[in-house]
Amino acid sequence: MTGVVLKDIRKAYGQIKVIHGIDLEIQQGEFVVFVGPSGCGKSTLLRMIAGLETITGGELFIDNQLVNEVPPSKRGIAMVFQSYALYPHMTVYDNMAFGMRIARESKTEIDRRVRAAADILQLAPYLDRLPKALSGGQRQRVAIGRAICRDPKVFLFDEPLSNLDAALRVATRIEIAKLKESMPDTTMIYVTHDQVEAMTLADRIVVLSAGRIEQVGPPLALYERPQNLFVARFIGSPAMNIIPSRITQTGDTTTVTLPDGKAVKLPVATHAPEMGKAASFGVRPEDLSVVEGDDFLFEGKVAIVEALGEVTLLYLEPIGDHEPIIAKMPGIFAARKGDTIRLDAAQDKLHLFDADGRTYRT
Amino acid sequence: MASQMISAIGVVVAGVFACALYYWLSDKLLQVIFPVSDSNIQVASRNLNRRSLVRPWLFLGPALMLLGVYLIYPVIATFILSFYDRSGANFVGLANYRWAFYDAGFRQSIFNNLLWLAVVPAVCTFFGLVIAVLTDRIWWGNIAKSLIFMPMAISFVGASVIWKFIYEYRGGNETQIGLLNAIVQFFGGDPQVWIALPFWNNFFLMVILIWIQTGFAMVILSAALRGIPEETIEAAVIDGANGWQIFWKIMVPQIWGTIAVVWTTITILVLKVFDIVLTMTNGQWDTMVLANLMFDWMFRGGGDSGRSAVIALVLMAAVTPIMIWNIRQANRETEGH
Amino acid sequence: MASMAMGIRRVGLPRLLLHLSVLLIVILWLVPTAGILITSIRDRDQITTSGWWTAFSSSTQTQAARLGAPSAAQQQGSNYVISGNVFEDGVEGKVREFGIRIADPREFEAGETADLGEGETLVINEDGTYIHSKTGPFDGERGRRVYLAVATPPVFTTENYESVLTSQGIGQAFVNSLTVAVPSTIIPILISAFAAYALSWMEFPGRALLIALVVGLIVVPLQMSLIPLLRLYNEVGSLLGVPSRSFVGIWLAHAAFGMPLAIYLLRNYIAGLPKEIIESARVDGASDFEIFMKIVLPLSFPALASFAIFQFLWTWNDLLVAMVFLGTSRDQVVLTGALNALLGSMGGNWEILAASAFITIIVPVLVFFALQRYLVRGLLAGSVKGG
Repeated sequence: MTGVVLKDIRKAYGQIKVIHGIDLEIQQGEFVVFVGPSGCGKSTLLRMIAGLETITGGELFIDNQLVNEVPPSKRGIAMVFQSYALYPHMTVYDNMAFGMRIARESKTEIDRRVRAAADILQLAPYLDRLPKALSGGQRQRVAIGRAICRDPKVFLFDEPLSNLDAALRVATRIEIAKLKESMPDTTMIYVTHDQVEAMTLADRIVVLSAGRIEQVGPPLALYERPQNLFVARFIGSPAMNIIPSRITQTGDTTTVTLPDGKAVKLPVATHAPEMGKAASFGVRPEDLSVVEGDDFLFEGKVAIVEALGEVTLLYLEPIGDHEPIIAKMPGIFAARKGDTIRLDAAQDKLHLFDADGRTYRT
Repeated sequence: MASQMISAIGVVVAGVFACALYYWLSDKLLQVIFPVSDSNIQVASRNLNRRSLVRPWLFLGPALMLLGVYLIYPVIATFILSFYDRSGANFVGLANYRWAFYDAGFRQSIFNNLLWLAVVPAVCTFFGLVIAVLTDRIWWGNIAKSLIFMPMAISFVGASVIWKFIYEYRGGNETQIGLLNAIVQFFGGDPQVWIALPFWNNFFLMVILIWIQTGFAMVILSAALRGIPEETIEAAVIDGANGWQIFWKIMVPQIWGTIAVVWTTITILVLKVFDIVLTMTNGQWDTMVLANLMFDWMFRGGGDSGRSAVIALVLMAAVTPIMIWNIRQANRETEGH
Repeated sequence: MASMAMGIRRVGLPRLLLHLSVLLIVILWLVPTAGILITSIRDRDQITTSGWWTAFSSSTQTQAARLGAPSAAQQQGSNYVISGNVFEDGVEGKVREFGIRIADPREFEAGETADLGEGETLVINEDGTYIHSKTGPFDGERGRRVYLAVATPPVFTTENYESVLTSQGIGQAFVNSLTVAVPSTIIPILISAFAAYALSWMEFPGRALLIALVVGLIVVPLQMSLIPLLRLYNEVGSLLGVPSRSFVGIWLAHAAFGMPLAIYLLRNYIAGLPKEIIESARVDGASDFEIFMKIVLPLSFPALASFAIFQFLWTWNDLLVAMVFLGTSRDQVVLTGALNALLGSMGGNWEILAASAFITIIVPVLVFFALQRYLVRGLLAGSVKGG
């Protein structure tokens, strides 16, 4: 059974196109996260699903119903906003009851559902308070409780944690994960620019860029097998090291030559026509390790050492004019500025992208 | 009197109720015409969408009607009437405009209006700025501001009575009970009939408007001054600027926009000045301004709608640049949303 | 002296000057109103004989009085004595000086024994009691004429108010002003709030155009509307057989003239409400009508209050619209109109004008002081944002 289906969804404001045709199927009960840099259209897409933005082209189905022209309240959705969007002049109870009162539910039913939601979210002691008397975390819980009360088929979150401080963000993230477990049949769509939220919460992540889907898949698949340069750089922190290179040998395995002349062999298949073409060679900072022997990928002087305690980041002096290579060492790593070090990585951790940014598949 | 009070209250309640009833009923009607049932979501959605197509016009209807009848239609009608004779029945072409061009009274009014425009906005803004700066630095500044702002609540007619008493003149050897003449006498001068001194009497009338409007300028400018980021002033202090330089080179440039708004707001008010001239001199002793001249022509000898329409159009032409500027500004803002 | 100099040094001369100059400005701004207020409670005779700034000190006037007749004289020893009081019953005053010739009414100080010659003496005390004695019997039929420099104490009275409220029709005008101002304030609030909501949060073709129109209409001079509306009112009046000048007519006129600014102010405020709150209500299933009534209206109270104060002050203080759309009869004339008429007919009667003026300004001034916060907020919303 399908939850939400997007068929060639497009959005334009006058001449300016912001969504260029999105195809996506979301199963019922799935937790899908839209992630991407700001301006990629992820919030617009969510708001189109909610019915807060009109759909310029394509078809949107919720629960097998075409809902392009259906107003938000009839779509069976609930939405949690970034700024909580609580009604400031109503108590917590009234905030949660508002939608049901509009729908003319009976008083007892309203009371039952408000109290049930308040219990789940530990809001029972605050039901008579006004939003201004609550902390940020409590406000966000009220916003979630208001959504729960609507008993939606699809739960929409628009960057719900970005107004919270770091500690609260982690706590509320865990609460959302728990909430998902308690509502296995409810589809959830969650928009964020924070990849940690995306990686920890999602069943599937949808990476968006400039109004297009870059890749859809489970979190670890995106991390391990990015389909293109954009996803490779977007997922993971610090971002993957990308070095321009040239293909110097094709076949079941491929050899590329880095700008400093070093040849690197990858377990990636290429074909003869690709011989001599430019390619991007990638390796994640956390996959690099310091080696002593002659078998290494990069050699260079340490330009900056960032000791964070749990990890140590080493920035090598850049070779040529591309960005410096970053290596992420676990724990405290004894290195000083000016030390010459050699770095290497396992062959299956190496990535290669063609001139258009697509990944060469193994 | 009591019965009038009761009927007034009754009408107020009924009027407000009727108003509310209109909005409530029209919305109910909308729900009846476009019903929404849960059985078919597509039909329900279509009807809901139709409701949102109609609803803006229900909300806007009464406002648009009032604006149309009381402002838009009259602007057009006034324009047309300016080409007709005193009764509004016969077309006379540009005769009314020609009259205005050669009429001494009209020219006198234009001259006086220009005089008002040159003096009042400038003085109000300047005093307002100075008082705002002074009062912002003392602990009882808010009380002072409130008292200086107070004349804003007084009607022009009330203010005119208040100031007429200041300018009061007693002939012969009678004691001068007008403050101004008493002061003049105290310093050895001769008491004057101030409001009957041609040319200078304009300024005595302007004082009234300045007295009323300075508080307005002060309040707005004081808020703008407080909106100046403290850091820019601190940076100037570190750079070695003195108080005078900080005021003119750091603070004033940052509130130019607000100064312009205050200036134009008072300018519009000055253009339409009517009550003060009516109650103080009724245009005698060369104090006539356009609004009073127009009012005169509206009723003089049964009224001359053509000539007064021309005078009204002069006022309209004077505010048009401000109007265009405002609209541009508003458009920029709405596009920004 | 020394401590004062110390004080100045501690506060600093510039600070002192600052305080003094602000104080001076405040006094300058208050003096005109104070003049009217004080004059309105002074006795009418005192108003014309002395400036209001002397109201709290006594004024000295020369009076004539006649002492008791010789027939009232009593013999005390060898002297004949007439005693009594120069003031009639109920009159108060203080005798400063007295004299017996009109040319010199200040010849003797009060309480001093004046030697009038021929054994005749006279003492007039401050309270008016006198002792007039002579070593022999008094001549003539009538009492001696004396001249007094009398200090009359300040007289304050509410008579002026009683007079204007009843006989000058100011009381009726006050009721008329209320009848005009209150509906003229309330009616446009609701209408403009609905319009402002539509222009803020509803999608429809021509919205930007309407906003521009409203902004443009804010500055249209009232004068542009007067002639066509006067004609329109007369036509409607004769068509329906109702008087063309009525309260309903002026309510609608005031409502319409206030509408552009009202819509502009309220739209600025309502459009500034958080978008997500409106959207959240929409997701919750509220129609625009419900959103307006249950969310926007309660949240817009400060803006509504600001506009209400503006509109009330404007309608209460208006003269022009009332002169055009209301009659001048006693049951229609408003305070400003009545005051203007009094200025014409009672030019020199300051006790009437001052009391009437004070009644005219008291309501808006009270509203001003009570709700100043909202007024300032409204002004700022209307002006600063426009810049």
